[in-house]
Amino acid sequence: MSDTLSLIKSKGRALVGQRLFLPLFALFLVLIVNVIKTPAFFNISIQNGVLYGYIIDIINRSSELVILAVGMTLVIATGGIDISVGAVSALSAAVCVRLLGSSYDNYATPMVLAILAALAIGMICGAFNGLLVSKLRIQAMVATLILFTAGRGVAQLISAREIGGKMVPGQIIYVRMESFKGIGGFLPKVIVPTPVFIAAAVVLIFYLVLTRTALGLYIKTVGINSRAGRLVGINSTFIMFLGYVLCGLTASMAGVISSSRIYSSDANNIGLNMELDAILAVALGGNSMAGGKFSLAGSVIGAITIQALTTSLYAMGVTADQLPVYKAVVVVLIVSIQSEELKRWISARGGKKA
Amino acid sequence: MNLIEQAKRKVSGSNFLLVVTIVMFAIMYLAGILIYSRQGFGNMQTFMNMLIDNAGLIIVASGMTVVIITGGIDISVGSMIGLSCMMLAYMMEIKGMKASSAVAIVLVFGIIFGSVQGWLISYLKIQPFIVTLAGMFFARGLTAMISVDQIAILSNQNFLDMANKNIYLPFGAIVNKRGIKLFPFIHPSVVIALVTLAVIWYVLKYTKFGRSVFAIGGSEQSALLMGLNVRKVKMSAYVLNGFLSALGGFVFCLNTTSGFVEQARGFEMEAIASTVIGGTLLTGGVGTVVGSFFGVLIKAIIETYIRSNGTLSSWWNKIVLSLLLCFFIVLQSVFAAIRRRRG
Repeated sequence: MSDTLSLIKSKGRALVGQRLFLPLFALFLVLIVNVIKTPAFFNISIQNGVLYGYIIDIINRSSELVILAVGMTLVIATGGIDISVGAVSALSAAVCVRLLGSSYDNYATPMVLAILAALAIGMICGAFNGLLVSKLRIQAMVATLILFTAGRGVAQLISAREIGGKMVPGQIIYVRMESFKGIGGFLPKVIVPTPVFIAAAVVLIFYLVLTRTALGLYIKTVGINSRAGRLVGINSTFIMFLGYVLCGLTASMAGVISSSRIYSSDANNIGLNMELDAILAVALGGNSMAGGKFSLAGSVIGAITIQALTTSLYAMGVTADQLPVYKAVVVVLIVSIQSEELKRWISARGGKKA
Repeated sequence: MNLIEQAKRKVSGSNFLLVVTIVMFAIMYLAGILIYSRQGFGNMQTFMNMLIDNAGLIIVASGMTVVIITGGIDISVGSMIGLSCMMLAYMMEIKGMKASSAVAIVLVFGIIFGSVQGWLISYLKIQPFIVTLAGMFFARGLTAMISVDQIAILSNQNFLDMANKNIYLPFGAIVNKRGIKLFPFIHPSVVIALVTLAVIWYVLKYTKFGRSVFAIGGSEQSALLMGLNVRKVKMSAYVLNGFLSALGGFVFCLNTTSGFVEQARGFEMEAIASTVIGGTLLTGGVGTVVGSFFGVLIKAIIETYIRSNGTLSSWWNKIVLSLLLCFFIVLQSVFAAIRRRRG
């Protein structure tokens, strides 16, 4: 009995090793290229009382993506996908900033309430997606396409400002209070950027919940075979639904951080192309796009790798508009490598030659 | 009695969704005539303008219908339209190429793009949404690589002539205040769109390829056991869709005569919404391009409403269309649930 257990354990460990190989290798590759190009890449210094350096910048900038990748991992693990995360981020940011108002002296709504409202909006969006996918059995792609398209429109309508006695939608609203900038910037006397703490906390909480409770196992079961899950008594519908709600929650967190970084809500640009980055992070993390087994650690490393890649490409003079080309190619390459068909085809070829 | 039975059987099931769409179109059109009569909603020209504005969408929605019937999806079409417009504008304005060769290059590019996507989906068995999502970002990024500035097509006279040529129809004339008879007109883009629609309708209904598409969408397993070359047919569907999105891009460009990075963002949503509203089931196996055509018309009516109203911002277009898509997919899933319970 103990023999079989240890066998399972060692096999499992080998599998984890294999899964994390791809994201770690990719991160290593990106870092090596960067070190060759800029020898000062790993230098960290303290300037103006805060940490400063390439690495710090990458980790700081990757916070939103790490948070998003956690939610996306859960959704993909249940066998779905959520392409509305960018739009939900923009929507949550718009709600948060609209509630805070742009007065110089005080917030229109207490900051905690505004942030909670933003998170609630994210969860509502997630619940909407989840309802369509889990209860009504609509393809995740199409169900989340609704918010992908409509989300930014609603965000534009929320981003209204009074101009000449009339509320005009589609404005960029600025928050002028200093304390709001702390979320995306630095807290007083802390040398590490705040988003890093938030991202670490989110990853830790999700990790504990997924490993210490049965939720992680349930999600894997639903992703591998939701029918079998139902037969052994798992409420597959609810698990799927929960995945989307949590994904919406992480999207709204990312949205609040992004809006704090720029002290404003920009419905057109917050979370733009983030859905591709998040999916890419999950794919790069060695997670199967068809659902089932997942690894949070893989997705987190994947997210940091993507941000490192983005920063390096910017440094090479690629503009933000052109960036998706490279990322799309990377996505296709990764999912092709994972493809069972390709492996079979290659092994068949090899067999013929030998 | 027998006739009624037959009619009932015809209307039941998936056709019901098509009937809902057509009835909805009729009601919306009549309502529009009543509410916005002062803005000239009832004129034949208003209807023709809907066709002119949405000629590209008609073509793209036809291709989308084929892909969705196979049980797949393609969300790269919006970016493909933007890329086609940019390629046309760049080749004709900056490189000074002839209109015909520029269009030919764009169409060939569409076929290549569709082939790559189709190969990844059907031969490597990668999920269509991942492949076409990557395709969507790839094409959009490629557009930005060609030029980040807007390029307007101003010098290619052949292209502009084709874009602005009025084809007058021999019916539906209105007499204006000066007593001159004004016949409604369309542009060549509408002719291309309607011919494409007719061809795809014929292909789906009367060719081996069309029947295979339905068979695969109904059940890939059965289609495989029947001896159909599932991979080849699926791949062909994406190649066809790639070609049609490039053709749609060309027709779209006839309307806008310019290329810029943000062009046709969200167009994939319009194409999918039109298709779904037209009664094509997202699970595959059921659908017609005629339904998608009516789906496009419903989207066009919503746009015309919002424009005639005058006070609503254009973001409402997307929001209302999304709500409508939501309504129709919920309707579809309710029907699917009823059918499951019965059978």
